Amino acid sequence: MRRFLIPLGLFVVLVGFLAWGLKPGYDPHEVPSPLINKAAPNFDLTQLADPQLKFSPREMLGRVWLLNVWASWCVSCREEAPVLMRFAQTGVVPIYGLNYKDKRDDAQAWLARFGNPYVLNAFDSDGSVGINYGVYGVPETYVIDKAGIIRYKQIGPVTDAVIKDKLLPLLKELNR
Amino acid sequence: MKILMVFALALFVSGTLFAREAAPLASDVAVEKRMVAITSVMRCLVCQNESLAASQADLAVDLRREIRGMIKAGKTDKEIRDFMVNRYGDFVLYRPPMMASTYLLWFGPFLLLAFGIAGLVFYLRRRGTRIEEKDLSAADKERAEDLLKQQEAGR
Repeated sequence: MRRFLIPLGLFVVLVGFLAWGLKPGYDPHEVPSPLINKAAPNFDLTQLADPQLKFSPREMLGRVWLLNVWASWCVSCREEAPVLMRFAQTGVVPIYGLNYKDKRDDAQAWLARFGNPYVLNAFDSDGSVGINYGVYGVPETYVIDKAGIIRYKQIGPVTDAVIKDKLLPLLKELNR
Repeated sequence: MKILMVFALALFVSGTLFAREAAPLASDVAVEKRMVAITSVMRCLVCQNESLAASQADLAVDLRREIRGMIKAGKTDKEIRDFMVNRYGDFVLYRPPMMASTYLLWFGPFLLLAFGIAGLVFYLRRRGTRIEEKDLSAADKERAEDLLKQQEAGR
């Protein structure tokens, strides 16, 4: 009997590791961002709607806001659009867009078609601001607090579950 | 023979085709060499099983361009590595830095090796004792002979 104990023990350990790898909501592709709790990288970009106007995160100091990275070529952004539209309508937090590696015309046509939840969009045509934010898959969403610190990063589309479980509690705390 | 020659010719021609395609990249050989040396030990974030040097993902192309720019601007390898780690974390490095959370990763294999050697030594010792010949007692010998006889009778 005792000689079965060792393989059984090894089997239990193996199953433990496998179960850990399969736990719900675990995505091995997700890269934990080193930017969490660090200052949001500054930038100075033109706005999507009007190349004469500029936008910089410095203007947002003193407010809690979302920076949503999207592009017209991004398929899962379409899935995210109605969720963001509904979230923007609740007025809990202003959503600013970072239009990533896109063309102005394509981006504006996309907004007309899938809805525009953004207060305004910064236009990052060559993706250099995206690199500073460590963007590696669009859409990504950053929660930035009053002091300009990144508090949370959502990799992949924002869903109703993410809003309910992650964003709303965090925003409530940050807005206190 | 003819077929072989045609095949060899095809190989030769395709080789020159490749060479022509790659030419523009090698415009600045020294920069390119350093860029490849740095990026081949980094993970591409989009295709995570590819190195940053090999990946054709859009982001990898951008990052290589960025790194080329930094090399031209005279940045050291360490500055470039820090640039990447600050944005994407230690995850981009194929060789993770030595720290408390990676000790198991660095020393785990040696730990397993030690376990293996200990197990082997334990096993060999036990086997050594087991092989030792023992004299049968008179009663055992009698029993064995009985069994042999029984078997023969049963045949």
